[in-house]
Amino acid sequence: MEAFTTHTGRAVPLRRSNADTDQIIPAHWLKKVTRDGFEDGLFEAWRKDPEFILNRPERQGATVLVAGPDFGTGSSREHAVWALQNYGFKTVISSRFADIFRGNSLKNGLLTVVLPQEDVDRIWELTEADPATEVTVDLVAREVRAGAFTAAFELDENARWRLLNGLDDISLTLQNEADISTYEASRPAHKPSTIQV
Amino acid sequence: MGRTLAEKVWDDHVVRRAEGEPDLLFIDLHLLHEVTSPQAFDGLRKNGRRVRRLDLTIATEDHNTPTLDIDKPIADPVSRVQLETLRANCAEFGVRLHSLGDVEQGVVHVVGPQLGLTQPGTTVVCGDSHTSTHGAFGALAFGIGTSQVEHVLATQTLPMAPPKTMAITVDGELPDGVTAKDLILAIIAKIGTGGGQGYVLEYRGPAVEKLSMEARMTICNMSIEAGARAGMIAPDETTFEYLRGRDHAPKGEEWDAAVEYWKTLRTDDDAVFDAEVVIDAASLAPFVTWGTNPGQGAPLSASVPDPASYDDASERLAAEKALEYMGLTAGQRLRDIKVDTVFVGSCTNGRIEDLRSAASIMDGRKVADGVRMLVVPGSVRVALQAVAEGLDKVFTASGAEWRHAGCSMCLGMNPDQLAPGERSASTSNRNFEGRQGKGGRTHLVSPQVAAATAVLGHLACPADLSDDAARTPAGV
Ligand code: SF4
Repeated sequence: MEAFTTHTGRAVPLRRSNADTDQIIPAHWLKKVTRDGFEDGLFEAWRKDPEFILNRPERQGATVLVAGPDFGTGSSREHAVWALQNYGFKTVISSRFADIFRGNSLKNGLLTVVLPQEDVDRIWELTEADPATEVTVDLVAREVRAGAFTAAFELDENARWRLLNGLDDISLTLQNEADISTYEASRPAHKPSTIQV
Repeated sequence: MGRTLAEKVWDDHVVRRAEGEPDLLFIDLHLLHEVTSPQAFDGLRKNGRRVRRLDLTIATEDHNTPTLDIDKPIADPVSRVQLETLRANCAEFGVRLHSLGDVEQGVVHVVGPQLGLTQPGTTVVCGDSHTSTHGAFGALAFGIGTSQVEHVLATQTLPMAPPKTMAITVDGELPDGVTAKDLILAIIAKIGTGGGQGYVLEYRGPAVEKLSMEARMTICNMSIEAGARAGMIAPDETTFEYLRGRDHAPKGEEWDAAVEYWKTLRTDDDAVFDAEVVIDAASLAPFVTWGTNPGQGAPLSASVPDPASYDDASERLAAEKALEYMGLTAGQRLRDIKVDTVFVGSCTNGRIEDLRSAASIMDGRKVADGVRMLVVPGSVRVALQAVAEGLDKVFTASGAEWRHAGCSMCLGMNPDQLAPGERSASTSNRNFEGRQGKGGRTHLVSPQVAAATAVLGHLACPADLSDDAARTPAGV
């Protein structure tokens, strides 16, 4: 996983709540068996509208998505994260993310930043007033900055440490092999087994 | 202090706990399907890893499988590649797989419980958000992303922070004609699509205790639609009876030991939930959605709400966009909404009881002109049971289509889809824009409402049918 320390880029203000993962990447895209090539599927239905914010010339090359509440609800598809990353987004800001989406993002190095809705509103206003406004998401300082505006955000220390260092979860877990084996040895015999009967 | 059901199951699965780190949780059962696993197997391969516990892993094909002509090669080449990839991965890594055509094939969340693999007090994961279904057994069951699928395949564990707990207490008794589906739609409308976020929901109270296992699964299934990763119901005699004798249920002395353990899986009287919601079952009625998220629902007797009536700006905007997408106007009576398609199936309502209740309404009646009705059993076992009971005949005699098992029209990934602008009454769980096909419009309903809607051609419940004298039920 790529490490995330700090990122600066232009933003896409997405004034929609409940952008579910079916909107982020529609089901028919899920048939791919790779982790890349999802950029054209990102918000596919909404992008049919030439006025949709992502289609506007001034938003091309933007890397920070600033979304309405309840971003990433619905299906657990990690493809939603890959689609955002394949398109070029490095970070998503919202007042509320769906749990599974948030977990998936952090595992792929896409930083999800939770800010109060007033702060999201401010960033919307700033980046709508001037699309060239650069937004900085600084994980070291746990701060979002845009022009004169600054907001602090929280992220649990462990997730932050893993992101800052780009650490892979599986290797970390495998360091605890002894604990896993000990646990396995103590499981009761009545627990289910999928071995065909 | 006492512990909640969720906390008990959680504590029993902690492999390692360290200050400042998420808990490392052991996973008892890992379910796989074709959509969210290919990149996970790829990751294992790249790192030279194997599947740690083949005996706790099982795969089935469901999302891409067609429900017609299943003996022919799959027409869509991309779907075919995905199924072939799963087959190749399972063969390479040694994972048990139930492919299309196999008697145990079906929607992953129907198959697990049916085999007796889903048991009280277990941790169950799958790369699918509706894994919450399995919580009906008092299991801690949640959907995971593909990176986590790979993590579980490699380690049989997941690092996770303990969730908060929310009690959803349903007092009283559900009125006649009101089902588990109506109850969960009403709960989601009440707490909102983000209301359960960060929580494990525990459904409890007299109305929940009375429900069958299948009805409990319908409720837990849609926990995710309230933003909760998991929903649970404490196991009781109903649970034990359902499990007894199933293929993978414990046998003999192990059964006794298991039941003894399962009986301890109740929230202690002095346990404290982080949040609590109380619902009066008696106040509920058949419930349908009018919008594009599962929280946008109302009793069938109501009208389409006026977006202007919402105080919250983002909810108002969401309602405006939903009405525009759904082609509805504020104030329109929900009962006046005409549909083109009725879908009975999915992991929410594709089990035998669901088919029975839809069939009992269709029996001796006809699907309205201009309406197509698809009935899709959740698994091959459910299909066989339905055929044994003659339900397939009831459906076909009424003009409905009886299909092979799979996810079908629950999501637009296989040939069963809505055309742009088409409107459905669907027993599935998501009414998102385009969920059932590009431009399709979905109203979420119970199997009973689906059947009555098929007969009348507009959103309706069985009570609306009471005076059709021409009916000649064959009696199923
Ligand atoms: S039936 Fe629908 S919700 Fe259930 S697993 Fe299949 S696609 Fe997902």
